[in-house]
Amino acid sequence: MEKKSLTQERLSRRWENIRRNWYKFSRNPLSITGLVIICIILFFAIFAPFLSPYPESAGKYINFYEASQPPNFAHLCGTDAFGRDILTRIFFGIRYSLMMAFTVLLLIVPVGVLLGVIAGYYRDRWLEIVIMRTTDIFIAIPPLILALAVCSVLTPSIYNAMFAISLAWWPWYTRLVYGVASSLSEEFFVQSAEVIGASKMHILLKEILLNCIAPILTKMSLDIGWIILIGSSLSFVGLGAQPPTADLGSMVADGSKYLPDQWWISVFPAFAIMFIVLSFNLFGDGIRDTLGVERG
Amino acid sequence: MGKIIKFIAKRLVYSVFVLVGLSILIFFIARVMPGNPARMALGARTPEWAIERLREEMHLDEPLYIQYYYWVKGALHGNFGTSLVTRRSVAEDIKVFFPASLELALYAGIFMGIIGITLGTISGWYSNTWVDNLVRIISYMGIITPSFVFAIFFVLIFGFVLQILPTMGRLSPGVVLPPSITGMVTFDALITGRFNVFFDALKHLLLPALSLAMGPLSQGARITRATFVDNAQKDYIANERSCGIPERTIMFKYLLKPSLIPTITVFGMDFAAIIGNAFLVELIFSWPGLSRYGMNAMLQKDLNAMIAVVIVLGLMFIIVNTIVDLIVGYLDPRIGLGAEMSGK
Repeated sequence: MEKKSLTQERLSRRWENIRRNWYKFSRNPLSITGLVIICIILFFAIFAPFLSPYPESAGKYINFYEASQPPNFAHLCGTDAFGRDILTRIFFGIRYSLMMAFTVLLLIVPVGVLLGVIAGYYRDRWLEIVIMRTTDIFIAIPPLILALAVCSVLTPSIYNAMFAISLAWWPWYTRLVYGVASSLSEEFFVQSAEVIGASKMHILLKEILLNCIAPILTKMSLDIGWIILIGSSLSFVGLGAQPPTADLGSMVADGSKYLPDQWWISVFPAFAIMFIVLSFNLFGDGIRDTLGVERG
Repeated sequence: MGKIIKFIAKRLVYSVFVLVGLSILIFFIARVMPGNPARMALGARTPEWAIERLREEMHLDEPLYIQYYYWVKGALHGNFGTSLVTRRSVAEDIKVFFPASLELALYAGIFMGIIGITLGTISGWYSNTWVDNLVRIISYMGIITPSFVFAIFFVLIFGFVLQILPTMGRLSPGVVLPPSITGMVTFDALITGRFNVFFDALKHLLLPALSLAMGPLSQGARITRATFVDNAQKDYIANERSCGIPERTIMFKYLLKPSLIPTITVFGMDFAAIIGNAFLVELIFSWPGLSRYGMNAMLQKDLNAMIAVVIVLGLMFIIVNTIVDLIVGYLDPRIGLGAEMSGK
């Protein structure tokens, strides 16, 4: 009986914590704006095939009869040179961008974080040296260049683009977590866990990792925007998603050929990119302020 | 003084290590790619024996570590091999293209520093007024907009609609290049005293440099503002005010200097964004620089050129960050140069 009440107490405390954080988060109108936009974007991304006015425009589709129309009531954002509806393609483009960002985070966060925790805990051992010097090498080159280089040697596709971005991005998590973990490993609660004889697994995961969650979450929420930016840059030069895939970066690149007369082909996808990045930045800033992570 | 030398020596050792690692990384990436680089260089209809000969020439038939050994041996002598596409020496090409990129990055850096810090300071000084809000909105827009979108918008607005600024290349057709001293047109023109060339080159630089600088300068403005506002509420400022020190002195001498530390630290990282985004922006403005060269090398799978470009840019990045650390050490005596290398 006693044990159950203990878990119950723990649960209710956690619940209380979440509620307090939510209160703090919701006091800031900008963060709420970000969250609302994200929800709307997610909704459109998930239900793109049902919500978009011309779902067939997302892929291989040619309709020269309606080609290069400026924005009108039938096509709110106009049509491109193949007669495909831009608004539809933006919906699908958002879908790809978000999928890309989430997949990259899913790939790199566990790896980067785990390496960071290990390096931070085993300070002054060979493990730390190997891990941290490897991250130094990866960080020595701007991520976009590394991603471009990796993409260029692989066959261009959206999956290889994700792989390239992941390869360029994981060291930042390792470095972030390393910083937090190495100061945590000096703390008393870690030392007492060692004295009691807790397993290394327990110390690494329960004692150190759980206390690194706030900066990791903050970085993740801010990174989604950056990953989308890099992904769109890759497809802008033709190393990311391949036609006829509706990708925001390659839509801007295609449309820039028709500037300035048919401005709508590239301007609306560009706005879409900015809109997504903006919402995730507002949201991330809110998370940072709520969790009390230092500005960096 | 000894401290600075010690710091630089430490940095040098570290840079050598990082460069070796980076070269192994990029060498490995470039060589694991599927397909036969020799065949791609010579074309599909080349006879087998010619391809075999090129393979031997490039040491492609030997194990990877021996290939790397040959590459390092060449690189230490300033020889990065020949381009697989143009068959020209990569090192020669880099000598031609690098100054153009350096010039662009330099001007972008200047814009970033001057405009970013000025905007941030204004915003911080007039915090919570409409000026502050306007600057904050502008800097938010700057951060979220990809540099290639800025580039396209600038071409559209200044090149086509207003037609006041050129959007292609480094000089107008008909303008003769000044003799190459530094390789950077604006500096060469100034040295030789040809001011019409200088202004023409400057006009060509403006749009690409601004598109590169917009993101970083917004970031700089935001951070400067945040620290400025933070520091303005500290006790020592109130103390100085009560002593009757003029506002101007307080602002520039006691507020701005400590407020710049985080900004300059971030500028080191923002420089990475400038170098990276130059790959797209140089392409849009037909800027004959190293990044466009590297971009084309990547698109054509020109391995030797690609490796060399990445190494050169990595070296540039390391140098800039060393300078940034030196400046931060000067601005903040508490950090000093003896402290741990941040390595960012």
